[in-house]
Amino acid sequence: MSKDGRIVAINANMITVEFASRAIQNEVAYARLGDQRLKAEVIRVRGTVADLQVFEDTRGLRHGDTVEFTGELLSAELGPGLLGMVYDGLQNPLKKLAELHGFFLRRGTYLDALDRSRRWDFTPRVQPGALVQAGATLGTVPEGIFTHKIMVPFSLRDTWRVVAIAPPGAYTVDDTIAVLEAPNGIQHNVTLCQRWPVKIPIRAYAERLRPNEPMISRIRIIDTFFPVAKGGTYCIPGPFGAGKTVLQQITSRYADVDIVVIAACGERAGEVVETLREFPELEDPRTGRSLMERTIIICNTSSMPVAAREASVYTAVTIAEYYRQMGLHVLLLADSTSRWAQALREMSGRLEEIPGEEAFPAYLESIIANFYERAGLVRLADGSVGSVTIGGTVSPAGGNFEEPVTQATLKVVGAFHGLSRERSDARRYPAIHPLDSWSKYPNFVNEEGVRFARQILRRGHEVNQMMKVVGEEGTSLDDFIVYLKAEFLDAVYLQQDAFDKVDVATPLERQRHVFNVVLHILQTDFSFPDKDTARRFFLELTQEFKNWNPTLFQSPEFNQIEARIAQRVHAALTQPAPAR
Amino acid sequence: MQKVHTRVLQIAGNVITVAATDVGYQELAEVRSARGTSLAQVIRIQGDRVALQVFAGARGIATNDEVRFLGHRMRISFGPHLLGRIFDGSGLPRDRGPALEGNWIELNGPPVNPAKRIIPRKMVRTGIPMIDVFNTLVESQKLPIFSVAGEPYNELLARIAMQAEVDIIIFGGMGLKYDDFLFFRDTFDHHGALVRAVMFVHTAADPTVECLLVPDLCLAVAEQFALQNKRVLVLLTDMTNFADALKEIAITMEQVPSNRGYPGDLYSQLAARYEKAVDFEGAGSITVLAVTTMPGDDVTHPIPDNTGYITEGQFYLRNGRIEPFGSLSRLKQQVNARTRDDHRTVMNTMIQLYAQCRDTQEKQAMGFQMSTWDQKLLKFGTLFERELMDLSVNIPLEKALDLCWDILARCFDPAEVGIKTSLIEKYWPSRPSSH
Repeated sequence: MSKDGRIVAINANMITVEFASRAIQNEVAYARLGDQRLKAEVIRVRGTVADLQVFEDTRGLRHGDTVEFTGELLSAELGPGLLGMVYDGLQNPLKKLAELHGFFLRRGTYLDALDRSRRWDFTPRVQPGALVQAGATLGTVPEGIFTHKIMVPFSLRDTWRVVAIAPPGAYTVDDTIAVLEAPNGIQHNVTLCQRWPVKIPIRAYAERLRPNEPMISRIRIIDTFFPVAKGGTYCIPGPFGAGKTVLQQITSRYADVDIVVIAACGERAGEVVETLREFPELEDPRTGRSLMERTIIICNTSSMPVAAREASVYTAVTIAEYYRQMGLHVLLLADSTSRWAQALREMSGRLEEIPGEEAFPAYLESIIANFYERAGLVRLADGSVGSVTIGGTVSPAGGNFEEPVTQATLKVVGAFHGLSRERSDARRYPAIHPLDSWSKYPNFVNEEGVRFARQILRRGHEVNQMMKVVGEEGTSLDDFIVYLKAEFLDAVYLQQDAFDKVDVATPLERQRHVFNVVLHILQTDFSFPDKDTARRFFLELTQEFKNWNPTLFQSPEFNQIEARIAQRVHAALTQPAPAR
Repeated sequence: MQKVHTRVLQIAGNVITVAATDVGYQELAEVRSARGTSLAQVIRIQGDRVALQVFAGARGIATNDEVRFLGHRMRISFGPHLLGRIFDGSGLPRDRGPALEGNWIELNGPPVNPAKRIIPRKMVRTGIPMIDVFNTLVESQKLPIFSVAGEPYNELLARIAMQAEVDIIIFGGMGLKYDDFLFFRDTFDHHGALVRAVMFVHTAADPTVECLLVPDLCLAVAEQFALQNKRVLVLLTDMTNFADALKEIAITMEQVPSNRGYPGDLYSQLAARYEKAVDFEGAGSITVLAVTTMPGDDVTHPIPDNTGYITEGQFYLRNGRIEPFGSLSRLKQQVNARTRDDHRTVMNTMIQLYAQCRDTQEKQAMGFQMSTWDQKLLKFGTLFERELMDLSVNIPLEKALDLCWDILARCFDPAEVGIKTSLIEKYWPSRPSSH
């Protein structure tokens, strides 16, 4: 029986194919166009006809053209050599494609994700006769700053016996380094790499744990006010221009994790290029090595084929899970999940499914929930702990958080960093809204203090609203001071200068230190003779902090300014009390 | 020879369906009717039913008219002979020049490999302080001008084009009023820019489908020039007409609309065009400036909304001024660190103070008592609007920065502006000009 089918209809990137023998949901197929093969995925089967989404431009395809079915689900290749790579959504290495075809991405070219010729120094970790299960370590190879574990393929079920294991030496990813045997006598050759279907989570761990360890991003408003835990999830919805991408870029640089996987999904190519070009030169603040050594970029920018957007987020999360299996902490940044949802919507429209809200498919929520649920802190079989943290941006239409993608995301994430147009217009960056945002993870800085500070922010906001109605003269001095305190907290702590090389990243220790100084000021009862004196005091204090933030932590200058701040506060307290 | 089909099965809107086999997706066809000959493009194949969008519109097409498939896709002849020429939306001459021949290039070529792009580093000087100081335009940027009908957006577009230092200007007009077309042609001609320009113009009187092709024609030609190491500026006005044409075709094809009748792939369609803006590693660049008129001045309307997510910022044109709030150049950080050391600080301080001034203006309008601080802010706002925001101001960046310091010094004490002391010492004018 032939495994081939024939095209009967073409509608943009969806083709309908009549098949002879069988079709598997989500299997990969190739549409033949002359000597080119265009990759596609089965997304619906009806009788003897299957609908396929094509990951490439479909121009030139004809009625009657041949489609080859492969019988394999869309999979990612996992093994040493992933770190530092830049892939498209289907895991084609973009730099190799550039060497081959120059400026443009020619359709129908698929390259190996991992370098076939490179040799890796393999060290065995098991003896023949050992009993192993999926995910168990057979040996290791060094990959940059990490020890890359070569694991029993995740697809193997039950217990296997190691029949043979390769001696230490240099091997390519295709060399067999172990032979395993199942109780029923079936043998399996293990190489340095394995494949895994991207839409299925890797579950080769002992148990899932509750995320309780901080993932420090070095962004003050996040770490102090809306923290994220390792293995947790968070989302950043915001209208365009509010700074989602800058926030993601800063996080990708400074986040306190082992590996960062960046999925640039349907967004601007220019932003990926910045990461691509700058990371090799930037130093990882944790290891002192190039940042690229701990980074993997999956990019399917907005002008690249739409169907591959979906593949890109799944490929990214699969790679993240793979490194998690080695006991590493991985952060996945997806920018933006809305583009992926839109790709689903386009396809759903072509399938002529009954549309849900704003024409998004009805299954949108469950797809988003399943994706975020792939994050988590896990204890592996050998007792070590690894995690995947997922941070996704959402680009809501019209900046309105009521839309389906934002709402579906909010239901499943552990922290919400909502960006506001109001704050970005006033150049208050990062534009995370301090009153609307929330986090369900434990506070790692000063829980009581943060509660107090949020109280000040809320009351300051109320006073500000009130002042718009009754004017400054109708506001009591006490209320006015609360308002000034809130503005002060905002200006010196919540706002952070992404373009200052010190202020851009505040380590946890410094956050604790500075937060306590700020908190002390917020908790102090000042008594000023009038509003102008009060305003002047806080303006000058803000100025001192603006000079303080860009100084190196614990440097002489830092200590000097800190002393000056203490003096100012002290001086304000010892002023003669106003006559009441 | 090419087969001629004479069975038109369906005519709806500007889309006709014919019975044909062995036709490639997106292939071109020629439709001959009593009204003349028009090109048409395959947009859907279903068994032997082939749907085509007819460029000149379906009006007057008979069910037995001839449809001849050409075996190639939409293309344009490329070469230096394009310079100085004006074409319509299907690539035919609009001036009296000869028709194009040879060296055909296909429209909608493949996307650029991100690995072959470089980080843009060159500022495009415009002499407009609201752009140069606050939202610097950068080579290879894609930037829309958000505006409402009646604003001088075409004048702004033309002014930037004439002052920008680029090698080639490609102009794409969509649904352009004939007067506006003449305005652009005459402006280009007057400044001697026509010889390095190519114009593709679809006027409001032309068939809708041709509107869809204008950006593709412009960008395909721009891409070829950029590959020849040229710095190309593409001007598109008005992208809202383009999006509306997309909507029209989508509705005709009975697609499920997503938001206010626009197709679900509006984002992808716009992105495919805007993303052609590029700075090639080892070749030229394409900068895209496009006008998007906002229906009802509503930025959350699907067209400006989707555009904003794609482009690298936006200029809001309102009341004849480039609005400082909302306007944004995402690439300004790539260049404004190397212009002058006070550039970023001045930019941020001025905007923060102006935001406070707007609040004060509101308070004032409601009749509240003005504090000393409020008075200062009001003065600042007036000076800012008069000396910097006015579109007629035409001064180089450095002059504009000096002017900013001067305005600050005329209104505030150094301690009130929240600027790092080192910069205050360097730039705070000891004797501000007295106005």
